[in-house]
Amino acid sequence: MTQEAKIKDDKGNSWLYTDTVKEHFFNPKNILKAGEEDAYKADAMGRVGSPACGDEMVLWLKIDKETEKILDCKWQTFGCGSAIASTSMLSVMLIENDGMTITQALKIKPQDIIARLGGLPNRKIHCSVLGDKALHAAINDWFRNTDQHDRIMVAGAKVIDQDSNVTDKDIEEAVLEGAQTVGDVEKKLKVSKINEDSVPEVEQLIRFYSEKYYGESVI
Amino acid sequence: MFPTKPENKRVIYLDHAATTATDEEVFEVMRPYFSEHFGNPSALYSIGREVKDAVDKARRSISNILAIQGGDSIIFTGGGTESDNMAIFGIAYKHSKNGKGHIVTTKIEHHAVLHPCERLEKEGFDITYLEPNEAGLVTEKQVKESLREDTILVSVMYANNEMGAVEPIADIGREILKWRKNNNTKYPYFHTDACQAAGVLDLNVEKLHVDLMTINGSKMYGPKGIGILYKRRGVSIQPLIIGGAQEMKLRAGTENVPSIIGFARALELVNEHRKKENARLIELRQYFFNGLEKRIDKIQINGPELGNETVRLPNNLNVSILDIEGEALLLYLDEYGIVCSTGSACTAESLDPSHVLLACGLPYEYAHGSLRFTLGKTTTKEDIDYVLEYLPGIVEKLREMSPVKLSTNKKNNTHPKYLQR
Repeated sequence: MTQEAKIKDDKGNSWLYTDTVKEHFFNPKNILKAGEEDAYKADAMGRVGSPACGDEMVLWLKIDKETEKILDCKWQTFGCGSAIASTSMLSVMLIENDGMTITQALKIKPQDIIARLGGLPNRKIHCSVLGDKALHAAINDWFRNTDQHDRIMVAGAKVIDQDSNVTDKDIEEAVLEGAQTVGDVEKKLKVSKINEDSVPEVEQLIRFYSEKYYGESVI
Repeated sequence: MFPTKPENKRVIYLDHAATTATDEEVFEVMRPYFSEHFGNPSALYSIGREVKDAVDKARRSISNILAIQGGDSIIFTGGGTESDNMAIFGIAYKHSKNGKGHIVTTKIEHHAVLHPCERLEKEGFDITYLEPNEAGLVTEKQVKESLREDTILVSVMYANNEMGAVEPIADIGREILKWRKNNNTKYPYFHTDACQAAGVLDLNVEKLHVDLMTINGSKMYGPKGIGILYKRRGVSIQPLIIGGAQEMKLRAGTENVPSIIGFARALELVNEHRKKENARLIELRQYFFNGLEKRIDKIQINGPELGNETVRLPNNLNVSILDIEGEALLLYLDEYGIVCSTGSACTAESLDPSHVLLACGLPYEYAHGSLRFTLGKTTTKEDIDYVLEYLPGIVEKLREMSPVKLSTNKKNNTHPKYLQR
């Protein structure tokens, strides 16, 4: 019998992880052990995040050149329980039933991973987005390695907060204009209030762009 | 693979800075005040007066431990957070000039102090947040240099809850006394949040030169939901909760009698044993850290050196274990029955890691890998041995699956290509 941690999020929902999350957390699938990266001889690799952000993830793919099917997938992550579980689940989804084609793989959304995990606590949803980004980075790497430059995906602006329609590009510009906090971003973009649920992602982007442009994150 | 789970999983509670179990003896003295002696202390009849006597006795016992003088007050509140709020807002609203005034505090206070300060800032008050050094310490010199003609309050915590840093409260108090004398003023008043210090450090308010002091019950083996604010004679504050004459009209509402009785007994007990217990915990913590350092590489202490209790709380060990993330580690440890806390972001409401660790200059990637162990009176060497048996294996496994390889020299960690979109 395991004793479950009874943690609730700010909406009173249980912070308990589902059995599937726990299974992937305690027995993560398809990990590439540190030190075995070169020997694995991957066809493509994608790395996203940074330890300063609290999440960093690397995904390696072996891809069949003819069929563009994902033959194998390995990963490493520095991140919380949800990040570990969702990357583990993503790796399973990519290679189950003989493997997805990269076209199919590109259709995987964070919501699909969360559904397979049986749900994640609200506050933890941002953790599952990173796996999706690592996958895209890895597939872009594949396109680069196979001279398919026209297929490389350039991400457009993404709406971060539905209420105010604030996008990641908006936040980038706000940071370039000196915004350091969510409050600053609201002021710069002249939006009355960013939805509370979007605040963590906005904060993460503020830090990301601060580091990108100023070399270090502002507190 | 993760270490094999023990056949008999134990629960090793190492989060005493979060809260403590109520002492059995404390619970027993509280018990009669629920259904037996239930009278309202404000009532004139005997079953009310009896209860009032018990509350007064509790107040006297606390007064003795704080060595307070006639005319000073102990105000019972709903906990440490309320006491902090009462001190900050109570002084600010009573002593502001045209709704303005200057307050000095530190960047590493509990949110129960910081959030009221932030609200006051929005209302027009001016707040100075002192920056601690790497160990989490501020100096009396910093406080002195920040004082102004319009400074009405200085609030510095006695001991920090995250890294255990013990601030030089008596020295700060003396500087403030000097300032008042030289400037012929009664300002600023001096408040300290002593929630982590109660039962560990000397609470003599005359030696500390504080005008207001917060203590709460649930960190010293007392009940939850009870705290006190010590208030020196002559210091007037505006009450937060009104609607009754209780607590010298400073905190309305029928007294939480069982908890008041329990609070006093808890404080008596921890105070009685504190010197011996401090010595025991300092030795046990050193044993713990030595064991960790021997078994885990790339591990560092956050906060002051593991010396005596004048520098660092005896029960606090805060470490950063590089290349892994604190929340994941915390969840694995929980699976083995080991309970502790982390300054990593993922457990908090925001994605930012602990404001305390960051204020002390700890890089984000170090703060994300921080673990806080706070030992308590039931912690034994066997408990520590249990942690030392399982923690290293979990760390090893997490490092195996981590893409991060940080340098122990903080300056060498450049942040690589980030979020390639």
